[in-house]
Amino acid sequence: MRRASVRGGLVVTGLMVVTVFLWSTPFLWTLVASFRPDNSGGIHMASLLPDYTPTLANFIEALESGDFAVYYLNTAIVAFGILAVQIVTISLAGYAFARLEFPGRDVIFYVFLLQLMLVPPILIVPNLRMIVDLGLYNTLLGVMLPYFASAFGTFLMRQTFRQIPRDFEEAATIDGARWWQVLWHVLLPMAKPGLVAFSLVSLMAHWNEFLWPLMVLNEPSKQTLTVGLASFALGTEGGKEWGLLAAGTLLVMLPLLALFAVFQRQFINSFMFSGLKG
Amino acid sequence: MRPRWARRTWPYLLLAPSLLLLAAFTYLPIVRVAWESFYDKPHGAPASLFVGLRNYSDLFADKAFTQAVINNLVYAVGTVPASMALALLFALALQRSGRVNAVMRALLLFPSMVPLVAAASLFFFIFLPGVGLFDYYLGKLGLHGFNWLGDPDVALWSLVGITVWKNAGYYMLFYLAGLQTLPGDVLEAATIDGANGWQRLRHIIVPLLAPTTSFVLVIALINVLTQVDHVIVLTKGGPSNSTKLVLYYIFEQAHENFAYGRAAAASVISVSVLLAVSLVSLKTMERGAHAAG
Repeated sequence: MRRASVRGGLVVTGLMVVTVFLWSTPFLWTLVASFRPDNSGGIHMASLLPDYTPTLANFIEALESGDFAVYYLNTAIVAFGILAVQIVTISLAGYAFARLEFPGRDVIFYVFLLQLMLVPPILIVPNLRMIVDLGLYNTLLGVMLPYFASAFGTFLMRQTFRQIPRDFEEAATIDGARWWQVLWHVLLPMAKPGLVAFSLVSLMAHWNEFLWPLMVLNEPSKQTLTVGLASFALGTEGGKEWGLLAAGTLLVMLPLLALFAVFQRQFINSFMFSGLKG
Repeated sequence: MRPRWARRTWPYLLLAPSLLLLAAFTYLPIVRVAWESFYDKPHGAPASLFVGLRNYSDLFADKAFTQAVINNLVYAVGTVPASMALALLFALALQRSGRVNAVMRALLLFPSMVPLVAAASLFFFIFLPGVGLFDYYLGKLGLHGFNWLGDPDVALWSLVGITVWKNAGYYMLFYLAGLQTLPGDVLEAATIDGANGWQRLRHIIVPLLAPTTSFVLVIALINVLTQVDHVIVLTKGGPSNSTKLVLYYIFEQAHENFAYGRAAAASVISVSVLLAVSLVSLKTMERGAHAAG
């Protein structure tokens, strides 16, 4: 029986190796195609074998043709700008839900929870009109504003704060600390795992977002990476410049994959905790 | 000590920034979109007119909309069970720790890390007839591919494929977490009693994972209603409306046809479906998030 289960384990591993290889072929192709010189593709453009001398030409051309520097900057402003404000709003709200008693707390908490499901893409039509009314159409602030509060972040901070024993705060309060000093110097440092988890999820959600910035921004100089990539992809399709497309796509994915490589464990934990993005 | 009124109001002050933003960008928009779904602004008219339920009757009379609803149902049936079943299988196969399994888990997770737009632009090439990745290797096996994105009978299923590819690894994470909470002694007892792998899966593992499954189901259903980036990049709803999903229809009406009344009516229907899903699952969400945390 033991021998049979060892053999079974090997079969499962073998099947998974094949599956994972097939699952990864889109990325493998991107990698191989992006370093492929222009003249070595042709009919074998789809080949997964790097049977050529690698070149950076595709990356250089993508960076020159696609205003990627501007897109990177805009995306960074959006993603980090949202995160910075969110950290303030979710810390305050999370603290209130975790530590304070007040009438209506449960009802308000459900108002937050329900928002977890009413994800913004479904409200693009009225939200766009709101942004127009506020005079923020075609601005990065208009892209960011709807995300400055986060029900998920509030929920996460509430859970995190609740796991911290009250003794620490009481000691600080006896020493004469004000509530915001307690929050800043005692609770937030201890809530770091929760904050890191939230930051990763939030950064990724807004780095990847497409539909909303597509609707709010209408000038090339204001576009984010995803919007830029979409028009870039449509452009390269006409010219059949697949190596260029692969290089451009890789440039968009690279920061995320690098972040994932560094924070792999935190990523996995935070995603399992979150379920919902942003 | 601070005065009593200050102590009373300051919890609300801490919540005010969040509540204000939630009101402005979630709850008021719902009211507003419901309101606007009863109005229409004919071409050249100076102001919107109250039209009652006409936007709704127009909506259901529009073949493109009913097609979008049907497409969305097919898309849900195509993506949700397949990606969840694969997620569970992946989790079962890779649940043991070890370096090889860790690498394989990370590779399966990669697709969910990248923007849907990036995935879509890769599949531009992968689905390319003749020289694309699929057809190139199918050709080596002596097989013929389809016109993946150009054939109205196939295109929606190509998008289903992208979605399953992208989401299965993500859902796997939840099943991995769920599997860790299973009581080992129950499984061991079942094994000693002679239950084979399939019996253990069917009668013990799957029922015990029910909370995880309902949690993942909610996320998967939300994704079905809210993700259309790949439609925008790859097919624009075509060919002949075969890949038009409801959110894409809304986007098109509002952004390209400037038919706000109709876009509003379609939004109201989407939001209602999402609200129904949420109300049913609020409890599940809370439980699932606790279990996963």
